Amino acid sequence: NARSAHACSKPLSVSFFPCRMQRAPVLLFLAWTCFLFFSAIGLFTSGFLLMRVELANHSSCSDALASPFRVDFGSCWLPRRFSRAILLIIDALKFEFARFDPSLREPHPYENKLGFLHELAIGQPRYGRLFRFRADPPTTTMQRIKGFTTGSLPTFIDAGSNFASYAIQEDNLVWQMAQNGKRVVFMGDDTWDGLFPGAFFRSYFFPSFNVKDLHTVDDGILQHLYQTVDGGEWDLLIAHFLGVDHCGHKHGPDHPEMAKKLSQMDEVHCLTTLANDTLLLVAGDHGMTGTGDHGGDTEEEVNAALFVYSKVPLFPAPPEPQTVPQVNLVPTLALLLGIPVPYSNIGEVMDDLFATEGDTATSVLAQLAAYNVNARQVDRFLHTYSLAAQDIPAEKLGRLQSLFSATVEEHEQVMAQAGFPELPQLERLRGQFRRYLWEARAVCAESWARFHPVRMVSGCALLTSSCLLCYIASRVSAGLSFSYRRLLWYPFLWGAAGAAGAGAMHLSGVATTDLLLLCSWAATASQVGFFWHCWAGHAGRSHAASARLPFGGLGLRQRLRVGLVPALGILLLRCGAMFSDSFVMAESQVVPFLLMSSVLLFVLGLHWNGPLREGSTKSWWLLGFLGIIVLTARLSGLFQQCREETPACRSSTLLAPLSKLQDPQAKNLSYALCLAVLASLAWGMRCWMRHYGNLNSPSAPVCFVRWGFPLLALGVGGFWAVTSGSEDDLAKLHAWVQLALVSFPRGVFALGAVGLLLLLCDPVTVFVRDSRNADPAMGAPIVSPSSQAELLHVIPQLYRRMQETLRSRLDAGKDRDRATVEAYGLGSVYSAALLIFLALLGFLLMMLHSERLSLAFLLLFLEAFALLWMQAYAVALSSSTSSSESEMFCCVNAYAVLLLYCNVFHPPLFSHLAPGSIYLVFLALHSICITFQINWFSSYQFSSLSHRWTTTQIAVGCPLLLLWPFLCEMPRSKGGKPKAEVSDREEQMMEMRLREAPEKFSAALLQLGLKYQIVLGAQLLACVLAAIILRRHLMVWKVFAPKFLFEAVGFVVSNIFLLLGIGLVMRVDCAVSAWFKRVILAQSR
Amino acid sequence: MKDTEIKRLLSANVICIFSIIITTVLPSLFLKNFSLLGTHLTWLCICSATVGTVNVVLHIILNPNPSSRRSSLAHKVARFLRSCVYFFMSCILFHGIIVLYGAPLIESVLETFLFAVLLSTFTTLHCLCLLGPNIHVWLRVFSKNGAMSIWDNNLQITSMCSVVGAWLGAFPIPLDWDRPWQVWPISCSLGATLGYVSGLLFAPLWIYWNRKKLTYKSR
Repeated sequence: NARSAHACSKPLSVSFFPCRMQRAPVLLFLAWTCFLFFSAIGLFTSGFLLMRVELANHSSCSDALASPFRVDFGSCWLPRRFSRAILLIIDALKFEFARFDPSLREPHPYENKLGFLHELAIGQPRYGRLFRFRADPPTTTMQRIKGFTTGSLPTFIDAGSNFASYAIQEDNLVWQMAQNGKRVVFMGDDTWDGLFPGAFFRSYFFPSFNVKDLHTVDDGILQHLYQTVDGGEWDLLIAHFLGVDHCGHKHGPDHPEMAKKLSQMDEVHCLTTLANDTLLLVAGDHGMTGTGDHGGDTEEEVNAALFVYSKVPLFPAPPEPQTVPQVNLVPTLALLLGIPVPYSNIGEVMDDLFATEGDTATSVLAQLAAYNVNARQVDRFLHTYSLAAQDIPAEKLGRLQSLFSATVEEHEQVMAQAGFPELPQLERLRGQFRRYLWEARAVCAESWARFHPVRMVSGCALLTSSCLLCYIASRVSAGLSFSYRRLLWYPFLWGAAGAAGAGAMHLSGVATTDLLLLCSWAATASQVGFFWHCWAGHAGRSHAASARLPFGGLGLRQRLRVGLVPALGILLLRCGAMFSDSFVMAESQVVPFLLMSSVLLFVLGLHWNGPLREGSTKSWWLLGFLGIIVLTARLSGLFQQCREETPACRSSTLLAPLSKLQDPQAKNLSYALCLAVLASLAWGMRCWMRHYGNLNSPSAPVCFVRWGFPLLALGVGGFWAVTSGSEDDLAKLHAWVQLALVSFPRGVFALGAVGLLLLLCDPVTVFVRDSRNADPAMGAPIVSPSSQAELLHVIPQLYRRMQETLRSRLDAGKDRDRATVEAYGLGSVYSAALLIFLALLGFLLMMLHSERLSLAFLLLFLEAFALLWMQAYAVALSSSTSSSESEMFCCVNAYAVLLLYCNVFHPPLFSHLAPGSIYLVFLALHSICITFQINWFSSYQFSSLSHRWTTTQIAVGCPLLLLWPFLCEMPRSKGGKPKAEVSDREEQMMEMRLREAPEKFSAALLQLGLKYQIVLGAQLLACVLAAIILRRHLMVWKVFAPKFLFEAVGFVVSNIFLLLGIGLVMRVDCAVSAWFKRVILAQSR
Repeated sequence: MKDTEIKRLLSANVICIFSIIITTVLPSLFLKNFSLLGTHLTWLCICSATVGTVNVVLHIILNPNPSSRRSSLAHKVARFLRSCVYFFMSCILFHGIIVLYGAPLIESVLETFLFAVLLSTFTTLHCLCLLGPNIHVWLRVFSKNGAMSIWDNNLQITSMCSVVGAWLGAFPIPLDWDRPWQVWPISCSLGATLGYVSGLLFAPLWIYWNRKKLTYKSR
């Protein structure tokens, strides 16, 4: 039987598995690579972004921490020593800047400039003193401000904080002052405005972002400072000077400008004419490196200066050089001013400032009182924190607890003693308090305030090797000799063994590990397994077919020449752009630029290689789609959202919801436009399905497309109408409006869910017309299949017969009676299912976004489809199969660029994370786009593959397959036919060809998924490297870290949706198999 | 024969390069306040005009594509007019492409347009001189194995180099260095000019190295 000699039974494939669509292994392999990437991301993140849980508790005056003491009016916890304080913060005031050494012959520009500090410290040693002020890393201004107002060690992400604003949620000095009826006046850096919105009694903010601007902030402060001080309407006055820091960034510390700036700072010595009840503090928030940068944890960066001065004697003993941790400022200032210590403080009081006049014992007793309050507060905090989070090891907490209780108990005993306690005992007690507080801070610092370089580097290495693995796997899967047993199951076993080993180590107590480490051990082990098996297989095969080598050197050069270079170059440019903060900030311009470049390069390369020269209609279509892509890319600039770093830029007004629009006419117009977008989505979907014949199918999803989509559009439109109307218009219908506001979204989401379920249950959208008058001339009747293998052979026959009947109908319309089975829409089952899914998601997303962003969605859909069509025509034009791979790479690349493109709508900024959840869903949409494209593309790629493949079959001598190249060629030769019909026919064959050789289909799917992962993974790797290398950069927490986070989250979400999309394709494939079986059974009866 | 051709090509290219150098140096003697960055638009005009004139003159003198049949004056005039129209259209096209690449649409239209004129001078004018106003021939020359003489190769290389130079010139614009040459379109036009000059230098060298491999079909 000649007909049974189907391709599947031919020994061409080297696969170990029978000729069957490998659904589960493909999905599993992709899931495994996803797992590798995810664990790498997790490992890096755990080393780079240290998390801390923010507690919402606030201290209050009535807390019973200092009950034994009688506290006079106006003070809390301890009697206050000062009623007012001036805190002058000079940004980046390094200790070396503040020190004055008259013996220096040739001082550097930054030395010996702050003379007044020196005069005071030397002239009045008991009134003023200079300290080394040790900042905790990260030494960036915002983290430092947080540090010395809350008394805690802020990390980059303080979990629990509100991402929409930078405002400090934790208990802090400013809040406590305001709470206790004190007036806080602020002037200077406007970062404080974001951190403490509305907390100040009076404030003078000056813009801080422009690093090049040395004078605005300082001049502004000096202009207001003296009259404010003289006015007397303040209890705490904070002035934050920025000039020194900006001068460091612009010129570096060793520059004459720095000398000028520091001399200007010296002007504030007028403030030293204080009242007796006022404390003056001059502090630097961090130091700077030799190049003027800061952010890291080197000695130069953490060494700032602190100067304390008052008109009453403060210090009992002559000065000795002292180092004070920065957080110590918080409890000291709080207790000196008589307010509660902020709840999350872990600082220690500066005991010198609590000493009293008189003999040493009384002085130490007073200090002990302060220590007691401080230790109780720290213990309370540690207790609450350990309940909220588990990141501080329990045994350390236990040790601290026992030390605390012993010390406090002893203190109570001493206080309860009748007589006057002895000095050595008191001093020992003081030492114990100090030790407790010091250890508590050390424990916290260890778990919060440090990068883990080992974790960072190993995460980065894991990411790199995952990218490499994806590359190798994609090369191997292209060679069709992909063995899932060797390359998937064995690595699984390796990974399991690795995880088990790590787990055993953990259980036996050799090394501690957590879930993340366990995952990364498993990932590493399975990667090693993969590479080992791959290498072994490669070595085993290398003497055999050298042409089939996965990483042969011969193919590489050709590939490089053909078209990989532009695609790879664009990708490299994109990755390189991650390393510059300017490029990251200008991303909304850079991405369209690169997208435009890549598509233009693609078309120019096509022209250079020849296929465009014919001047055929296909070339014109191609150029038309190119135009659409380029135009939509440019038009999307209309929806630009600005970053706060670029003050000149203005965000697009289209982003605002319609309800903010004043002009009723403009409002109506935009509303109509949005409705048009909704209608066009529903209608376009319908048209597409009608065009490909899927619309006649009686299946449930088609019904949903017919009736559900208009309903969805109606629901979304109604919801927009309600939300965009102004309040007073609808005042009478208030109840109804409330009902509509709830019911519309619920209805839309319910409808969407129903559609999704229907799609999953019955994804085959094919209309079958069964006419019984079969013509015997068509060939032998199809035998009823008896086994699975035979069934597989029958399916293509059946399909071919359908094709033949179709063709004969087209060729000569009169021969209607020859048709046996007519299946409409069979050629586009896969695409139809994915498209329905895509449109559904589109509706749901539009619902979540503000109204006018639906226009952006339209642009996005247009662009995606134009890219797909361009790709399709390009493949149709270039008949050679060698270049198809690189083209695909280029296109996937272009798509990945497109994916990043949504940054235009949502730049990676934490303050813009308010619509963050939407951003994620948006990403999801993109990924679906990509899977859709991958599927679509694989059909095209496959067509060329099978083309070549059939020619080899002819050589083998299978007469039946002669039909195939003919069918392939026919639509192309008929150039005069209407375009739609040609593409229709091609399309119909294309997707069914996928079923002809399932193992190639699955290989193509796997390969595309892997390539997509490579492209995204390379970008992620660039982000990670940028974050590692530039962790000392000024912009690391402002630009690079958010960029990394967004990129990582985007990667995770898009990969999950990649898996979902491929899973949907597999589901459709299953359903189509079942459908074929049904049809065949019906036929044979 | 080929070596003499290459020498002619080289001399022509060197003259072109000299003309560009002169446009940057000479006007400062005649014009007050002339500088490449400060009065960039003036320089753009002068450079386009000079390079254009030099190219046309060189083409008339060297005549690399001698046509056998003699054409009437009317035909020549028609050709000239068509060339003018083509040049103008290419300026518009370049302008459109630049705007699509992200240049501002309404602000600094003049700058963008003059930049487009410069690019056209570097690319389209060459094509017009060498190949005449015939798009199909252009398309053929700008494809693989499409070059039919060393002049065609020269055209390919210089055009590509100038376009790539302009493309690369866009890269420093977003950087925050605050340099005067980062202003639109200075870096791009400088990039295009540098690309053009390097193309002029590189093309004869490349042709010389590959002179054994280059075999041209006769027209």
